[in-house]
Amino acid sequence: MNYIELTVPDSMRNHGTMWSRWKSRGVPAYLLALLLTGFYVLVYWFPEPLAPLASLLDPLAQLLRGSAADRWFLYGTVYTIAVFVMGARMLLRYRTQRYHVYRTLTLMTVQLMMSYLIPALLARMGSKEFYFSYFWPLKPEYLFPSNISALVQSDNGLLMFMGFWTITMTVVATPVLTYFYGKRWYCSWVCGCGALAETAGDPFRQNSDKTLSAWKIERWMVHSVLASVVSVTGLIWWANVDPASPIAPYAQDANKVYGFLIGSVFSGVIGVGFYPLMGARVWCRFGCPMAAVLGLIQKYASRFRITTNGSQCISCGNCSTYCEMGIDVRAYAQRGEDIKRASCVGCGVCATVCPRGVLKLENH
Amino acid sequence: MRIVIIGNGVAGITAARYLRKLSDHEIIVVSEEAPYHFSRPAMMYVSMGHMTYDNTKPYEDWFWKKNRIELVHDAVSAIAPSFSSGDEEGFSPGKYVVAMLRGETIDADTIIFATGSEPAWFGWTGEHLPGVQAYVHKSDLEALERNVQGARNAVVVGGGLIGVEAAEVLHARGLHVTMLVRESGFYRRVFPAEESDIITKHIAAQGIDLRLSTELDRIVGGENGGRVDHVITSSGERIQADVVILATGVKPTIDLAKQSGLNTDRGILINDRFETSLPNVFAIGDCAQFEHGVEQLWYTARAHGEHVARVIIEGAGPYVRGTYFNSAKFFELEWQVYGEIPADSDSTTSEYWSELQPIRCLRIAHRNGVVIGIHGIGVRLRQDVCTTWIDAGATIEVVRKNIQSAVFDPEFTRKVTV
Ligand SMILES: Cc1cc2nc3c(=O)[nH]c(=O)nc-3n(C[C@H](O)[C@H](O)[C@H](O)COP(=O)(O)OP(=O)(O)OC[C@H]3O[C@@H](n4cnc5c(N)ncnc54)[C@H](O)[C@@H]3O)c2cc1C
Ligand code: SF4
Ligand code: SF4
Repeated sequence: MNYIELTVPDSMRNHGTMWSRWKSRGVPAYLLALLLTGFYVLVYWFPEPLAPLASLLDPLAQLLRGSAADRWFLYGTVYTIAVFVMGARMLLRYRTQRYHVYRTLTLMTVQLMMSYLIPALLARMGSKEFYFSYFWPLKPEYLFPSNISALVQSDNGLLMFMGFWTITMTVVATPVLTYFYGKRWYCSWVCGCGALAETAGDPFRQNSDKTLSAWKIERWMVHSVLASVVSVTGLIWWANVDPASPIAPYAQDANKVYGFLIGSVFSGVIGVGFYPLMGARVWCRFGCPMAAVLGLIQKYASRFRITTNGSQCISCGNCSTYCEMGIDVRAYAQRGEDIKRASCVGCGVCATVCPRGVLKLENH
Repeated sequence: MRIVIIGNGVAGITAARYLRKLSDHEIIVVSEEAPYHFSRPAMMYVSMGHMTYDNTKPYEDWFWKKNRIELVHDAVSAIAPSFSSGDEEGFSPGKYVVAMLRGETIDADTIIFATGSEPAWFGWTGEHLPGVQAYVHKSDLEALERNVQGARNAVVVGGGLIGVEAAEVLHARGLHVTMLVRESGFYRRVFPAEESDIITKHIAAQGIDLRLSTELDRIVGGENGGRVDHVITSSGERIQADVVILATGVKPTIDLAKQSGLNTDRGILINDRFETSLPNVFAIGDCAQFEHGVEQLWYTARAHGEHVARVIIEGAGPYVRGTYFNSAKFFELEWQVYGEIPADSDSTTSEYWSELQPIRCLRIAHRNGVVIGIHGIGVRLRQDVCTTWIDAGATIEVVRKNIQSAVFDPEFTRKVTV
């Protein structure tokens, strides 16, 4: 019999990761972090230097949006290119594993369509620039009264659909899908932040902090952010219902502060800027209120778990090392326990790197 | 009561953890190899840069103090009966003094030997030359880093599970690797012909120069007795080597036990409650030898550790090993086994299924139609399902029909069709 080896050397996938100065917080990693952070600071607050770069994209912007390229168009384009280039790398790297192939292709498609082309075309049509793949509380304003009433009460069918979509996805689909599949349906298959993390962020996943103290900080932080976004949304609604109330004047301020601290500084500057230093899921783990909601459902009301295969674990630590969410997977696996953690985004990499076939993502 | 455990491998550490869970006794773990417990099977991932050494430690360093498990990083050099207190003659039976290399001593009411195993070498000419090493202990990790510097050719002696890991490591480090294997097919002592053939070809396809039915004759150094230069095989062939890894198996570490007057054979002799020939002295893990022999696996060492704690604290009965299981990886190919797959299995005593791209195979061994073992290469199998079948004496028909319920492959993987 003639055995033709078409499988790539999967076991070599992480060869040299710990010696790479890019991947293991060497000088290049710090420089890259500086570059990414700098880019975000420019995009958010000092866009002038980016203008010439953006104007290069004018023809494309005219084509897609029917207007000149601004910094947000530049940002969206760079982001989408990053997802595609690094997505191709991801596909090559994990090409023997269908789970990774399917979810990476899905993430790339969703990013291109829902976060790039469709919003641009909507803008071109003069409609609302709407992102079908983002929901409250990741995009808090989608459930703000101004937005909801404008969409739902509109006599434009498209806008009505957007309103219907936002409400249904947030209130019905999110809990139902999370009940059946865990938070991964969103974080590792749909979300744009996830798309960047799972592609551009893959080389850095091992830099997540696995210590117990990091887990404590994570729980405290991510739930505080969730509490803030709930409060801000509540305030805005309150101010809307009772404009005469004494808190009404502060509602918009609260929203602005939230938008600055969480929306810009945390999710952008730190969330992406720190990829090379703390792994790609800094935002998803410590800051994302959507992840917090999905996590609570996943932990307390979901069929999803990572099953441990009996006593086969050899405590090697590959799973924990490559968990981008900093979950100490081994701590559960070596005791023969299933893993049911709020933060797990179901990326499946722990199961892939396990050399003993101990872990399996399942919807029981 | 003070319990002293010698060795912080998985056996000793599991014993310590369960002793803590079940009791409030004082627990001291003395070990010479590394200050903290690490995963020995993870060594190869450190050598390939997949993980740092710190990543191989299953518990954070604060864990031990928090759980009141005292760690001592030293070698135990002697154990003697305690004369400090006790009956008229000053001798207290079943109490000991543990002496350490650096001079400290500790009194112990109970001692657990968990000294593990060490490389078994066979006195080859040249085995102590620079560049020749084993791949078992932490010091071997460090030796490998030195030995691969500037090296081009490597020879791995031994076609066992550690041998294939050593070959993978050296190959990943860019060396040309020749492997000397005594059997006529890789792991043929354990694997039926088909599986052995698959693995043999797979290893060769990775670029390993696999020499079957070949043994090591001697190792030869370079000019003026320097570093290893080449090896000579049993057939007289000369193979260039800057590094030689001798992976010809391990043997229980029993020197200390012997000196301390414990009965030993290959390992430290114990009954099925891990009791040695001296009162209150137990032995577990790789270093222990039952009436039926030694059990030298990560899994068994862990099970021994848990059970000895139950014996000491709860007076538990005999240790009963559950249905056999094991797993390993041969470069790309994962292997999991439950129960017994005789190496001479054929179509009359087993069902065999295989696929080539990617390589996957599955064998269900039976005795007169009753399933005795299941193993898979490139197919992950559920331990609970497989062992339940084997323990219940399921028939080959039942297992074949329901095989998909035992498959543990990732979602979207192609189904197995036995
Ligand atoms: C490279 C490699 C890969 C392996 N992979 C697998 C695998 O995939 N699956 C599997 O089932 N098994 C595997 N094994 C076997 C497995 O690691 C052992 O069965 C297991 O580690 C035994 O544990 P233990 O606690 O009995 O002994 P050890 O892990 O050997 O620990 C014994 C400890 O005691 C210390 N010690 C000894 N004497 C003294 C003394 N006098 N004073 C102080 N300290 C002392 C030693 O330094 C050592 O640290 C592998 C082994 C190796 C070497
Ligand atoms: S536990 Fe596994 S699936 Fe979950 S986030 Fe970590 S690596 Fe991904
Ligand atoms: S990678 Fe697998 S064998 Fe290693 S610690 Fe994790 S579950 Fe255990």
